[in-house]
Amino acid sequence: MAAIEIAGLARHYGERAALDGVSLDLDAGQTLAVLGPNGAGKSTLLRVLGTLLRPHRGTVRVLGRSLPEHAYAVRGRIGFVGHDALLYRELSGQENLLFYARLYGVGPERVRELIETVGLGPRAGDPVRTLSRGVVQRLAVCRAVLHRPELLLLDEPLAHLDPAALELVAPLIGPPTGCTRVLTSHDPARALEEADLVLALRGGRVILLDRPGILDAAGVRELYR
Amino acid sequence: MLTVLVLSAALALVFFYAPDDADQGFVQRIFYIHVPLAIVALGGFVVGAAMAVAHLRTRDPRWDMRSYVAIHLALVLAVGVLITGAIWARAAWGVWWDWNDSTLVSFLIIFLLYATYQPLRFAIEDPERQARYASVFAVVAGVFVPLNFMAVRLAQAYVHPSLGSAKNLPGSMRLTFLVSLAGIALLYATLWKYEMTSKYASAQLRALRRKLGAPDATARRSAAPALPPAAQGTV
Amino acid sequence: MSAPGPTAAGPSTASVVFALLRKELRVELRTLESVPAMSLLAVTTFVLFHFGLNRGRVDGDLAAGVLWVTLLFASMLAINRLFVADLEQGGFDGFLLAPVSRSALLLAKAAALGVYLVALELVAVPAFALLLLGPSIGGALPGLVASLALADLGIAAVGTLVAALAVRTRARDLIGPLVALPLLIPVLLSGARLSAPLLAGGGPGPLAGRWLATLALYDLVFGLIAYAVFDFLLED
Repeated sequence: MAAIEIAGLARHYGERAALDGVSLDLDAGQTLAVLGPNGAGKSTLLRVLGTLLRPHRGTVRVLGRSLPEHAYAVRGRIGFVGHDALLYRELSGQENLLFYARLYGVGPERVRELIETVGLGPRAGDPVRTLSRGVVQRLAVCRAVLHRPELLLLDEPLAHLDPAALELVAPLIGPPTGCTRVLTSHDPARALEEADLVLALRGGRVILLDRPGILDAAGVRELYR
Repeated sequence: MLTVLVLSAALALVFFYAPDDADQGFVQRIFYIHVPLAIVALGGFVVGAAMAVAHLRTRDPRWDMRSYVAIHLALVLAVGVLITGAIWARAAWGVWWDWNDSTLVSFLIIFLLYATYQPLRFAIEDPERQARYASVFAVVAGVFVPLNFMAVRLAQAYVHPSLGSAKNLPGSMRLTFLVSLAGIALLYATLWKYEMTSKYASAQLRALRRKLGAPDATARRSAAPALPPAAQGTV
Repeated sequence: MSAPGPTAAGPSTASVVFALLRKELRVELRTLESVPAMSLLAVTTFVLFHFGLNRGRVDGDLAAGVLWVTLLFASMLAINRLFVADLEQGGFDGFLLAPVSRSALLLAKAAALGVYLVALELVAVPAFALLLLGPSIGGALPGLVASLALADLGIAAVGTLVAALAVRTRARDLIGPLVALPLLIPVLLSGARLSAPLLAGGGPGPLAGRWLATLALYDLVFGLIAYAVFDFLLED
């Protein structure tokens, strides 16, 4: 079953196209790596899939529902990690997660469980503004998976994480989850390792959509030129 | 063309046909400009709000353009209302500004509100969001217009009967008034159409330029709506 | 993979509004960004009026005008700040990603703004009575409380709407008050007309029903309008 079906997707920024004629299908349980230089449209694509931006043209179906009409129905099934942690600086990590847990109708025990999983125990009560970027990123991952989403949209999810933290969040957003995943990364080699499908964008257009095997290191460098 | 005819007829009637007012004499004739201006400006704001509703419902940027031009022109007329009102107040009561004239006071408030429409647009960079926010503003302000009139009117209910007197005008005055109203409404509609045409033309010109690879002139920020190429077409 | 249900049901709107409001007040208690600044501005403005008008005591029309203009300007501070934390710290996206009604945010923010206004008035009205008001405020209180309550509803609805409109503009600190103040003129007008007889020198006069009705109509109309258009300010 296809988790994501996109056909002819376009999204404008005024008279400029941020995405132009993007089409792809992704099966449930698979991982899509989105590559491309800054401004290629990677984040825009993830925000469209996350129901944060409406498609201007084309059709987008996520988890069997078309966007934007059924955005409401798919929101509770998507987990999104973006550039911003989406956490209030004055509140503690725990308060932030409890707040979002209420928005998703999730009980507090799930928050405790996640805080344990990512090894935040002693610092869960500190205001987010006092935490290091890496700890904040762990909290951001917790926030994204509070409601056990089926689809993970990960925009540079591993930024600021040291190797130990990477291991802690892997069970939440890594391949072991078995979730359908769409990810961008500052580390293309790593993204390719986990990917079943690679999409390369430039200027909002698809320049490559294929299995990761066909790309070698030189090919990847070419994509970022 | 019709606009020119009706407007000239209106002016002729105002100056040569309508009788001098018994109390206020010749200056009272500004009434034939002031009141129709006020009515058409108000109508323009309300029409702009209705177009904004259409934009929010359809997301068609052309509706935002129409709403923008409607409000923009109504704002120009509103300035005319304030100026003619001040002249009339000076002639009738000897002061440039009369707080008891509820039409004038309401127009000042409405003018102050709509004067923020352009700065609001200008302050939003993403053209799509600019259009959407401007439409929200237009709807809220459009609803505010009658409510504000009511409140200001209520504050002066015992002091100043104003527009009610237009209903029991003698025949010649009434005719002049109606022709003036029609003339100014036509003027508004014609200006609206001209400005729309010019906006479409410049949008098409920009699109062509981009196709030819000329430097992008649209990088300049603007308070005027931008049309994506797909939405360009007839008024 | 299981088939998607008809709706992935989120939590009830009431519980979401409550969670949002709780978060809002908690952040305000930690940062003290709005209420103290509003109260301080109000008291400062009374001092300014004392010198500007060269009056030790005011009553009637003048008292009503000073009080309401001060409250309105002080409320601008809260309106300017209302969505800034959400915008800068990502709370907007966090909220939009959740499977909840958009109106919950409007309700929660309007409620928070209402709480700030009441807190402001708890400081500003006694300060006004102490510093500037000629007649004793005792007899005027019931009528004044009723007028302020009705006015707060309208300010909360319009303020939340304008705050959401202004927060994503450049120069939001300018756009907010410039749009909000003209929109709030009917509130000022009704509020001042209601309280002028209450604060009159010869003891409190009666409340004018038509001004109460105007305020109520204003609250209703702008409450509905805010509800109708708020979603358009959130979605991209």
